[in-house]
Amino acid sequence: MIGAILQTSFRSLRRDRGAFVMSFVLPIGFFTIFGFVFGSMKGSSTPRVNVLVVDEDHSAASRSLMRALLREPSLQAETHAKPTKENPAPADYTAATAEAAVRSGAAPAAMIIPAGFGANPISFGPEPGAGAARPKFRILHDSADPVAAQVVAGMLQKVVMTSLPATMAAAGSQYFDQQVGGLTPKQRQQMESSMAFLRQLQNDGGADSQDAPSGAPANNSASNSRGFVAVDIQDVVGARKSNPMIAYYAAGVGVMFLLFTSGAAGASLLDESDSGALDRVLSARVTMTTLLLGKMTYSAMLAFAQLTLMFLWAWLIFKLDLFTHIPGFLVMTAVTAFAVSAYGMLLASLTHTRGQLAAVSTLIVLTMSAVGGSMFPKFLMPDAMMKVGYFTFNSWAISGYTKVFWRDEPITSLGPEVAVLVASGAVLFLLARWFARKWEYV
Amino acid sequence: MPSSTETVNPTLRLKAPPLQVESVVKRFGDVTAVAGVSLEIPAGACFGLLGPNGAGKSTLIRSIMGRVRPDSGSIRIFGEPVGSTAARADLGWVPQELAVYPLLTCRENLHAFGRYEGLNGSALDEAIAWCLDWAALADRAKSPVKTLSGGMKRRLNMAAGLIHRPRLVLLDEPTVGVDPQSRNRIFEMVEALRAGGTTIIYTTHYMEEAERLCDSIAIIDHGQIIAQGTKEALVAHTFGSRSSVVMHFGAARTDLAAWAAAHGATAEDSVVHCSVEKPSEIAELLDAATRDGLEILDVTMQRPNLESVFLHLTGKELRA
Repeated sequence: MIGAILQTSFRSLRRDRGAFVMSFVLPIGFFTIFGFVFGSMKGSSTPRVNVLVVDEDHSAASRSLMRALLREPSLQAETHAKPTKENPAPADYTAATAEAAVRSGAAPAAMIIPAGFGANPISFGPEPGAGAARPKFRILHDSADPVAAQVVAGMLQKVVMTSLPATMAAAGSQYFDQQVGGLTPKQRQQMESSMAFLRQLQNDGGADSQDAPSGAPANNSASNSRGFVAVDIQDVVGARKSNPMIAYYAAGVGVMFLLFTSGAAGASLLDESDSGALDRVLSARVTMTTLLLGKMTYSAMLAFAQLTLMFLWAWLIFKLDLFTHIPGFLVMTAVTAFAVSAYGMLLASLTHTRGQLAAVSTLIVLTMSAVGGSMFPKFLMPDAMMKVGYFTFNSWAISGYTKVFWRDEPITSLGPEVAVLVASGAVLFLLARWFARKWEYV
Repeated sequence: MPSSTETVNPTLRLKAPPLQVESVVKRFGDVTAVAGVSLEIPAGACFGLLGPNGAGKSTLIRSIMGRVRPDSGSIRIFGEPVGSTAARADLGWVPQELAVYPLLTCRENLHAFGRYEGLNGSALDEAIAWCLDWAALADRAKSPVKTLSGGMKRRLNMAAGLIHRPRLVLLDEPTVGVDPQSRNRIFEMVEALRAGGTTIIYTTHYMEEAERLCDSIAIIDHGQIIAQGTKEALVAHTFGSRSSVVMHFGAARTDLAAWAAAHGATAEDSVVHCSVEKPSEIAELLDAATRDGLEILDVTMQRPNLESVFLHLTGKELRA
């Protein structure tokens, strides 16, 4: 008896060739995509942190530090914006322009090397007053990326240790001199001799950095006032926000499930085709274009309601500041719902059975959600993966919602997100209409 | 084919026959599903379209509905080309499948299909009320379709196709899978439609339905209309005044077909079909069978009917 059931089940699966193939292709395809995406990280599980570096000291020590930051492989440091046609030689960042860039989301962090750093570069603390006397590095960051500031702060301490050997030794000997009650003349002479070598090493270490391109990545990092250098970390975007990542995840998770439900909404076309209702509807005064538009509008309204519920829940439970961002929320929700519902129509018109639709839908949704940032924070992704993410609805929707809820940017700043989502939706709908000809006439 | 945007003078539309099919051909690859069919159905008729499976009946029906585009020929509904707005308004279709929304109630289904047909407001309300009454579903108006019996679903399926009160209705096997009581109810619905002047095209695999309801019948096979007329005309044209005789023999013999052919009959397994002008001819057949050593189990004689015509012309049982 069980054998007969097995036989019937396998025969049915084999007859639905699309579903049959997808049953095996789906997991392999999904695995392959992730293999390529994460495999491209080549052993570096943490991506380079982008940091804008501002030198307000202009001393030899600050220049040495700057050069070392530019060479630090775990950071992608920049001293100025990338050249454009309009501005082929952009000026170096100042504290103000770097902060503005962080606020706009151009980089997750900026590091300001303070004036006076060269005169009193490092301290071995913890003697009273030593930390207070030192000028503090400032790290301005966007807490939407909770990792960047900590990485930058840590790397600053490391770079100080490795790039300023003479400065370190001078400060160390001075500290030692004070603690032991003074060095003998001979000891001082030997110390000076060693210091000459270290100064040469420190300078040599910086010599090659002059060849570095002006737009080359630099980086910075800092820790706190107990390190070799004192650091003040400031959240310039989310300091007054209670829940930094909630808008990100509301959008990310919301879009992922929207993709699932839009696929299911599109599947109603397949059901109606099977039941004969589609034939009956199309033999009335309803055209295929009208039918698709109606189905897509329904799907978009459903998606709009789902996203609205998601953000209302975020407001209620996670204190997301929803009601002061209503215009931006409405715009992003409308365009996201439109794009996702058009995707659902295309999916239905491309497939022939519910089994095929479910398999293709799962593959696409999981892939887009993973690459687009719904399942894996974008700031932890390598550059290549983030670029691939631009081909997903998730990425653009998350970007738009982040602008609205996190950066408090005006609606006008949503231009790229709106344009991409609307254009994508329009193209997908036209493709859906093209493939839906299979239901029109024989 | 005429353009779907082509329109006909309103006066001519009143005089135009409900359905004109002219030399319609439809091929699917190497297979010719409809091979030059021509039909004209007069107003108020109930026209039966019969044919074995694979004869081209469904393709012809779907062509009339505008869901299949013929390779050549033309189809007009009250003078308007199929697919035009006017033709759609005049044509109603009740498909074989239960093409209704199972989660909606009867009223909601009728409302939806009424809207698809362009009805709204009081016209839609009146149409829904008429349909519920016609289908005897008024007391189940608020019941979801999935809670209805098979017969009720069939009646709702019919009502949904008539929500816009078309002048020409295509009923595609409307009694499939229903019990005898429900079938009778459906017959009454069809007869009520006829009484109201609606022209009906009726397809069925039940010969008694065609005999009861249809005043004109066409038999289609291999994509062509092979016979057309009233039941009496079809019988007379096919069999003349002869009666059919069916002889059952004890065991199938390899030479039974040859024996049947020698006596102007056909054999199928151990059954021989033939026709006689006079009952006395049966005695001659019985003598011949006895003489040739055939064991006769049963002999029946009947006046030929539509079933006989169908079998004679297509070589197949209608319900096969």
